[in-house]
Amino acid sequence: MSHSPSSHVSPASLDADGRLPSGPPPSEALTTRPASILSGVVAVLRGFWSLVTINRKVMVGSGIVGFFVLVALFGPLFIRQNPLKYTFDLIDPPSSAHWLGTNLGGQDLFSQLVVGTRASVFWAFFSGLLVLVISVTVGLVSGYFGGIVDDILSLLTSVFLVIPALPLAIVATQYFPRAEITIAVIVALTNWPWGARVLRAQTLSMRSREFVTAARAGGERTWRVIFSEILPNELSIVAASFITTTIQVLLAVAGLEFLGLGDSSIVSWGTMLNGAYTSSALILGAWWWFAPPGLCIALLGAGLALLNFGIDEFADPRLRRERPAKAAQKKAVA
Amino acid sequence: MRHLIRRLSIYLLAIWAAITLNFFLPRLAPGNPAELYFYRLETHGSINPAALKALEIEFGLNTTDSLWVQYLKYLNNLIHGNLGISITFFPSSVGDIIAQNIRWTLVLLTMSVLISFTLGTLIGVFLAWRRASALDTALSSVMMFLYSILYPWLAFMALYFLAFSLGWFPIQDAYDAATVTPGWNLDFLLNAADHAFLPALTIVVSTVAGWMLTMRNSMITTLSEDYVLMAKAKGLTSRRVMFAYAARNAILPSVTGFAITLGGIVGGSLLVEIIFNYPGVGFSLFQGIQNDDFALTQGILLLVIVAIIIMNLIADLLYAVLDPRAGQERSM
Repeated sequence: MSHSPSSHVSPASLDADGRLPSGPPPSEALTTRPASILSGVVAVLRGFWSLVTINRKVMVGSGIVGFFVLVALFGPLFIRQNPLKYTFDLIDPPSSAHWLGTNLGGQDLFSQLVVGTRASVFWAFFSGLLVLVISVTVGLVSGYFGGIVDDILSLLTSVFLVIPALPLAIVATQYFPRAEITIAVIVALTNWPWGARVLRAQTLSMRSREFVTAARAGGERTWRVIFSEILPNELSIVAASFITTTIQVLLAVAGLEFLGLGDSSIVSWGTMLNGAYTSSALILGAWWWFAPPGLCIALLGAGLALLNFGIDEFADPRLRRERPAKAAQKKAVA
Repeated sequence: MRHLIRRLSIYLLAIWAAITLNFFLPRLAPGNPAELYFYRLETHGSINPAALKALEIEFGLNTTDSLWVQYLKYLNNLIHGNLGISITFFPSSVGDIIAQNIRWTLVLLTMSVLISFTLGTLIGVFLAWRRASALDTALSSVMMFLYSILYPWLAFMALYFLAFSLGWFPIQDAYDAATVTPGWNLDFLLNAADHAFLPALTIVVSTVAGWMLTMRNSMITTLSEDYVLMAKAKGLTSRRVMFAYAARNAILPSVTGFAITLGGIVGGSLLVEIIFNYPGVGFSLFQGIQNDDFALTQGILLLVIVAIIIMNLIADLLYAVLDPRAGQERSM
């Protein structure tokens, strides 16, 4: 998790002696030689690697998520043709020319799938991040302050927890311009309560710990106590709630786009499904049109879920898989 | 008792918040979509003036009243069960359409949620009991995949492969109007069950994983408790330990989680109805969206929220029975 300071200085910006070309007073991080920078990078990578390989669930999960993130970042660069270009190859089944066939407009579905990955992954993580900001703020503020602030925020959380996100989002998106940002904001506004509640409970128990009392006694400002003393201690819960909401948000965004409430000029998994649905791909028998986008959504979601359960398992040893021999050993010790 | 009163006030507040949101949404939206709606409604021909007046109040058109007066009039209309007129099903009122379609949704949803909750919880109990067996590994992996499946997509796949290609199931409607007449006769019930099977299967398959994974994790935690060890040491049968000791307590998080999960399930099943052309409120909602029929979509939203709150209340009552401590501690 921790980044060594040297990793922020890229080797290219240093001269032959490993010093920065123009001289701010040399501090520890700036005078490091390339060799130690390299070893710092290696250490970070090694730390990352050991984090990713904590257990098999985390490993497989981060592999899947990593794959989709890479496709989202670099995939579109490899697609030469315009995914929205109309051709005369209508409803072609998968072939060597069109790996995933074509749709009713003769558009190549493989390039749509790859290009659509970017929009789907980006908006899922973006909305997930929005949810995170709201739920962290509400949860920490309400847990830390207690009293009337907590009463009001908890009530708000409970009320929003009951109101179903998807129907509300459907009705709300109807009134606003069809754009991805509209969906992201509405999905964020309807999905924050769960994370807020979990974080509030954790903050409540953290508030009376000694390090918080010490920070307060030391005269730190309230916001600093909340966000740089308490928050770092809740990172595992924050991560878990981020992953859970990202799955929900991925599904919600795709569901809304599927209903035709998204921006139809953007290529994404949800709009592909909408196209397949509205042009009766079913009756045309074009399974290659609607199967791949949904499969990608389920796969990415499964990767995120695996990551989440893996983290759970790591945080709660009781959930870990034990071989019978080891289990017996543990019982003997206990 | 105090706990229940607290929950009840939260639910009343949620209903009020939903109604208020419903009131303000069309007024906040850019470009005044309500005006357009109103214009289209008028081109449909003669409307009963009282209904027209009700719609004007709902969307705040042709009025010099202040926002507060508009709001009170809107509440008054709702209390009298007046949800407006639908463009899609002109000149039916929204209330009539919902009353017509709600039974299909209710039956479908209740059956599928009950089946998936029971099934998922039972599988969770058994997998936790036989933890780390080959069966556990295999099923848990499959469930992880099902956990994040897009409901309408699964519906689409089921419809294509099972109904369209193989022809095992009907591809639309809740019953075959040409061959059976609705009523309490066996032919109709069988026909309706045949039509409901695939939508129900879709909802069960896409929700069972959530219940199962929650139950499995909670059960594993419970199994390491001392009282379970004690029960085993007493020589009780494993069935009794499994259900009367461990599962009895492990189910509590599933019941608490019910409230949170339910909103998602209802939302998803509305989408499933759309794919199967199943004439429930989800399908009406879709028709409403396509026609920018604001009165219809808002009416359905209100109904769905009220339904979810009622189900939450049932879950709360159930929880109080399952966990006697719930009434005593102060919990939000």
